[in-house]
Amino acid sequence: MTDVLPIAGRKPLLEVRNLTTEFPLRTGVFRAVKDLSFSIEAGKTLCVVGESGSGKSVTARSILQIVDAPGRIAAGSILLNEPGGSSIDLAKLDPRGRAIRAVRGRDIAMIFQEPMSSLSPVHTVGDQITEALRLHMSMTKAQARAEAISLLRQVEIPDPEKAIDRYAFQYSGGMRQRAMIAMALACKPKLLIADEPTTALDVTTQAEILDLIARLQKATGMAVLFITHDMGVVAQIADDVLVMHHGVAKEYGTAEEIFHAPKDPYTRMLIGSVLKLEQKAEIRLARPPLDAKAAPILEIRDLSMQFGELKALDQVSISLLPGETLGIVGESGSGKTTMGRSVMRLYDPTAGEMLYRRSDGTVVDLARISGRDLKSARRELRMVFQDPFGSLNPRMTVAQVIGEPLLVNGIAKGKELEERVCHLMEQVGLDPAGRERYPHAFSGGQRQRIGIARAITLNPRIIVADEATSALDVSVRFQVLDLLMRLQDELGLAYIFISHDIGVIRYMCDRVGVMYRGRLVEVGDAEKVCNQPDHPYTQALLSAIPRPDPRDRDRSRRFRYIEPTLKNESVVR
Amino acid sequence: MLKFIVKRLLWMIPSLFAVSFLSFVLIQLPPGDYVTTYIATLAASNEIVDQNTAAQLRERFGLDDPMLVQYFKWIWGILTRGDFGISFEWQQPVSGLIWERMALTLLLAVASLLATWAIALPIGVFSAVRKYSIGDYFFTAFTFFGLSVPSFLLALVLMYVAAVEFGQDVGGLFSSEFETAPWSIAKMLDLLTHLWLPVAILAVSSTASLIRVMRANMLDELPKPYVTTARAKGLSEFRLLTKYPMRIALNPFISTIAWLLPNLISGSVVVAIVLNLPTAAPLLLQSLMAQDMYLAGAFVLLICALTLIGSLISDILLALIDPRIRLE
Repeated sequence: MTDVLPIAGRKPLLEVRNLTTEFPLRTGVFRAVKDLSFSIEAGKTLCVVGESGSGKSVTARSILQIVDAPGRIAAGSILLNEPGGSSIDLAKLDPRGRAIRAVRGRDIAMIFQEPMSSLSPVHTVGDQITEALRLHMSMTKAQARAEAISLLRQVEIPDPEKAIDRYAFQYSGGMRQRAMIAMALACKPKLLIADEPTTALDVTTQAEILDLIARLQKATGMAVLFITHDMGVVAQIADDVLVMHHGVAKEYGTAEEIFHAPKDPYTRMLIGSVLKLEQKAEIRLARPPLDAKAAPILEIRDLSMQFGELKALDQVSISLLPGETLGIVGESGSGKTTMGRSVMRLYDPTAGEMLYRRSDGTVVDLARISGRDLKSARRELRMVFQDPFGSLNPRMTVAQVIGEPLLVNGIAKGKELEERVCHLMEQVGLDPAGRERYPHAFSGGQRQRIGIARAITLNPRIIVADEATSALDVSVRFQVLDLLMRLQDELGLAYIFISHDIGVIRYMCDRVGVMYRGRLVEVGDAEKVCNQPDHPYTQALLSAIPRPDPRDRDRSRRFRYIEPTLKNESVVR
Repeated sequence: MLKFIVKRLLWMIPSLFAVSFLSFVLIQLPPGDYVTTYIATLAASNEIVDQNTAAQLRERFGLDDPMLVQYFKWIWGILTRGDFGISFEWQQPVSGLIWERMALTLLLAVASLLATWAIALPIGVFSAVRKYSIGDYFFTAFTFFGLSVPSFLLALVLMYVAAVEFGQDVGGLFSSEFETAPWSIAKMLDLLTHLWLPVAILAVSSTASLIRVMRANMLDELPKPYVTTARAKGLSEFRLLTKYPMRIALNPFISTIAWLLPNLISGSVVVAIVLNLPTAAPLLLQSLMAQDMYLAGAFVLLICALTLIGSLISDILLALIDPRIRLE
């Protein structure tokens, strides 16, 4: 795909031709972007979509020549066309020179994924916005401050006169990203590059930020280059779409073409993976229905957890049947992770009980037991974590990671341990030949399989999976979800599956609990909660999820849940 | 913020009492007392002191009292009259002895601190920004050299070079003609010509370690997204470095103040003795060896007090410079 889309009449704002960006490494040269061509017109939105390692971020950074060392543009041109008719080739400019610095921030501005770490922690937000204004617009301090306040007001930050003197850590996640946008838009750029700007945000906040960008785009007529891995977001905002994989363009066309007549198999796979999440998994549908009358394996009653002033869990009551997958969904700060960790007794709950029925029929309260009882209970309750990179010790081989629970509990050692580790690796779909290797040699999906193998080592009965697939690419996500379901059927496991992603919950879970500010606001069948929820909060959550269809862009349906001020709401059991 | 400072200040009062008592006990712990040492010194030159004289001496110095009584007498004198007691050996008030030396010690310490910062900061930043360049390797080699060469050895070598090759008057902080002279412009100039050598020697090892610290901090900060954000804004590389990553990498520099103040007295003992500097360190050593208890006690107390004050100052400065500490 090297041909640029035919454009009638005027020149596009930015033309990228045959761009190649490479990283010289010890082992040779790694080409992150290979022979890539695309163009962006003023006022339009181009979405670059791809999984991790596809080169989409490097492409964005190449445009501004801010690729991290030792990366460099090896070939190609990046033409920025001025309204007067002249054009600059950004690829030819010295990355540290004055010419490219004049373009950065003034003609092309950029916002990044992680709004917290992308703002300096020790400078006020106002300081960082006025800096760009003073640099490019040669304003005085007072002018720049007034302009910064009006920018903050434009991005809907409440009380901008005060907010300007606050620090980034005093802002919430959504507000930080708004401040970033205000900073990027300070000099009225012609092109805004947004590198995964909503990935770290909740869906409701994401929808608001996307709306904000669209509104500002309309008002200023700027072009947007939007980088994302989320096909739903692409469908909602893109005019044109560029699909990237391993540094090359797989498909390039209008949003309509990409979503409704995709030619490339990779594009089809990406779209398919999003559509797959619109319904229940086939494995789930094929399974005989659960015995709803069976005694619950875990019954949580009025569980509360308080961190100082904050009520992270507020009288949560829910039960888990044997062999059931219970989804817990909610936005950040809703207490879903706290709940998972309380079940594992990583936290000591402040009040309530967690009645766990052991295999011999006796019932223990997980919130009270300690010492030997707790230890033996923990053998039967295991956890799979979100971060496949941080949750494996980099200095232990895979065999050591997986075998550790067996060794620690004195169950197996020597040759027997080896055999069991090999068997476990086969169970999770890993080649046992790689057991002497270290975690860094594995991909994200493979590492998550290692984490799962470690969790099932001791034949547990309940597994708490906290955002187990949210760090994974879509193509890998299904493999891991399907693996989890297969293991469930084979080993008779019950899952507590914590996620912020309704799609994943719908795909995988039997029942769902929706959490909001530490409370469980709705519990019900996954089918019902994910499609026709009763509670207004769940409805608001569903309305904010971007639909993967460019023909369905009705934003008016979306609304934000505002908690009723009267305390008339009873806790749903 | 104010509450924080007041709270810290109030906490210092019991801490100071505790350390003053501890330092007094520590000084008393070795067997014998000043009189024993005094008799031993005299015996070395064949003078015999009989038991009566020794007892009289003990009575005069108040060494017969129980330790607690001695401590309260001592601390009462400090609190009410600023009187740290009399040095047995020098037969002078301790306070006079200490303050005279402290002024010069302070001068030397501040001078070597400024030299350290002035050299270490830019080199540390350079080494991080140009990681694995020839310049970085050169400075890395220098820092390993600076860290591994003992400072007294460096002092000896530099003294030799300065004295033999350049015929400079080395050792001490003044030429002999100014040693007892009152302060004047000429004496100041003389001080400056003597100061560079100890400052250079003291600065070498601390510069070396601070370069490493600064380099490591900068390397941690440079790949952070906020640096890329600043670059994407169009800031020049120099302004960007000084405004963002350097500001955050500075925190450990401020923390050095905490251990700098106590170092005024106890640090650099060997260098001060080798160079014959009239600073506090040699006097402290001398007083400890002679069991000159009030002088040594005053020094130990001062070291402890300065440790407390130093950490208070660096805590306050850190809070001032870093809003994350100030506001959370």
